[in-house]
Amino acid sequence: MTVWKRVWKGRAGYFFVLPHFGLYTMFFLIPVGWGVYLSLFDYNVFSQEFIGFGNFATLFSDWLFLKALGNTFLYTFGVVPLWLGKALIVTVLLHPFRNSIKTFYKALFYLPHVTSSVIVSMIWLWVFNPTYGLLNYFVKSVGLTPAIWLGNKFLAMPSLIFMQFIMGGGSTIVLLSAAMASIPDYYFEAAKLEGASSWKVFTKITIPLLKPTILYALIMGTIANFQTFSNIYIMTQGGPEFSTISIGYLVYTTAFRDYNLGLASAMSMVMFGILAVLGFLQFKWLGSNVEY
Amino acid sequence: MTIWRVKQKSKLALSLVILTVFGLLAFIPLYWMVITAIKPASLTMQFPPELFPKNPTLSNFKELFQRPLIFRWTLNSVIVAFSVTFLQLLLCTMAGYSLAKKRFPLSHVIFSIYIASMMIPKQVTLVPLYILVAKFAMIDTYWGLILPGVAAPFGVFLMRQFMVSIPTEIIEAAKIDGASEWRTFYRIIIPISLPAMAVLGIFTFVAEWNDFLWPLIVTNTQQMKTLQAGLALLQEEVPMQYAFLMSGATYAALPMILIFFAFSKYFLKGVTVGAIK
Repeated sequence: MTVWKRVWKGRAGYFFVLPHFGLYTMFFLIPVGWGVYLSLFDYNVFSQEFIGFGNFATLFSDWLFLKALGNTFLYTFGVVPLWLGKALIVTVLLHPFRNSIKTFYKALFYLPHVTSSVIVSMIWLWVFNPTYGLLNYFVKSVGLTPAIWLGNKFLAMPSLIFMQFIMGGGSTIVLLSAAMASIPDYYFEAAKLEGASSWKVFTKITIPLLKPTILYALIMGTIANFQTFSNIYIMTQGGPEFSTISIGYLVYTTAFRDYNLGLASAMSMVMFGILAVLGFLQFKWLGSNVEY
Repeated sequence: MTIWRVKQKSKLALSLVILTVFGLLAFIPLYWMVITAIKPASLTMQFPPELFPKNPTLSNFKELFQRPLIFRWTLNSVIVAFSVTFLQLLLCTMAGYSLAKKRFPLSHVIFSIYIASMMIPKQVTLVPLYILVAKFAMIDTYWGLILPGVAAPFGVFLMRQFMVSIPTEIIEAAKIDGASEWRTFYRIIIPISLPAMAVLGIFTFVAEWNDFLWPLIVTNTQQMKTLQAGLALLQEEVPMQYAFLMSGATYAALPMILIFFAFSKYFLKGVTVGAIK
C-alpha cells in the first residue's frame, strides 16, 4: 500500500485530530519555535536585528536578571518541599479514616485551589497588612512582635513562601490519597504484625510505593512555582529592593512594559532550560525503580 | 489488647487535630475574605479586628455593583470561560478519539508531540504568542482571549488516555451497522466519554475563569478585561479599601466555590486522571 493510500484510508483520523492539532500548531508549537528564534534578536519598538547569543550575554551580566533567577530558585525550593511535605503528612494522617471524613478534609484542602491566584493574593495582602492585618493580630495575641511582612526585604520572600505553603497542596493531597488508596491494605497490616513503627512504615512502605505520584507532583509543582507571577504582580511588584522579583515577573515587565521582546524571550528560554534540567534531575533521582 | 486500642484511638485523635489545624489555616483566609466583605468599611481599620461581624452589611457589594465595568468584566469572563470550555470539549474529544482509536500515518508522531509539549511552561510561549496574536489583529478581542486557551494540549492527552480503554468492538459493530464516522463519534463515543468530558470541562472552566496573566497582556481597554484582570485594576486603584476589595474578591470567587461544591466528586477524583497508572 502506498503512503497516499494509507493517508486516504486514515482520512477519518485526520478529520478528527486536525481541528485541534491545527490550532495547537498555530497557538502553541509555532510560538515555542518562534520564541527560540526571537531570543536571538534585538527585538523592540525601534529595531529588529539579529544579534545571535547577545541577549544571553546581556542577561548573564545583568544583576537584576541574576537576582530574579536567585529569587525564583529560593521561592521554588522553599515552596515545593514544604508543600509536598504538607501534602504527604496530610495524606498519611488521613488514610486510616473512613470515607466521609476523608472527603470532608480533601474538600477543605482543595477549596483554595478553585480560588484564583489573584484573589488569594488580594486576601493575603490584607492578611499581611502591618497595622490592621489578621496575621499581626495573631502574632500580637501570642505575645510576639508584629512585623511589616511584605515591606521588609528580608521578610517579603519568606512571607510569600509561607502564604503558598498555607494555601497550597490541595490537589497534591487528592492525587496522593488516590495513589495511597490503590496500595493494598495488607502491606500495612503485615508491617504492623511484624511490629514496624509508624515511621518505618512511612519511610519503607508508603514513600516507595507513592514514588511515581510524588515524582509527578514534584515536577509539576516545580514547573508551576518556577513561573510564579500573579502573587508578585498583585502583592509586591518585585519589591522591596527587588527582593521578591521573580523570572516570571521580570519576563512580564521586560516584554510588556519595556517592550524588549527579544530579551524577554531569551529569559523565557533560560527558564525553559533550567526547568528541563530540573525535571531531568528529579526524574533521575526519583525515577529509578518506580515500577512496583 | 485494650491498651493497644487506646493507643490507636489516641493516635487517630492526634491525627485529627493536626489535619484540622492545617485545614483551618488554609480556610481562615477565605473566611476572612467573606467576613471583611460584609463588614462596614470603617470597621476594617480597627484593631483588634472583629472576627465575627456583629452588623453584617451588603454596602460593599452595593458599591461594587455601582461600577458598571464589573458587569462587563463578568460578561467577558463568562464568554471566555464558556467558549474555551465548549471548544476544548469538542476538539479535544475529537482529537483524543482519533489518537486513541484511529490508525493513520503520523498518528504516533502527533501524539508524541502532544506528550512532549505538555511539560513546556506557559511563559515560554507568552511573548511570541502575544506577537502572533497582534499580527492577527486579535489584541483586545474575544478571539485573542479564547483561541490560545483552546489550543492547550492537556485535554487531548486526557481524552486519549480515557478512550484507549473503550473496546474497539463497539466501534466496529457500529461500522458494520452502517453508521458513518461522525455518527459513530456522536452516538457512541461521546456518550461513553461523558465522565472524562465532565472532568475536562469542569477543570477547563475553572482554569479559564481564574486565568490572569494572558487576559492581562492580551487586553488593552478596560472594557475587554476579564474579572480577574479587572480585580487587579481595582486593587491598583484603591489599594487600601479592603472591605470593597474583598467584596470584589468574594464576588469573583463565589461562582467557582459553588461549582466546586456542586461537582466536588469530580474535583476530588478528577485530578488523578493521567497521573496514576
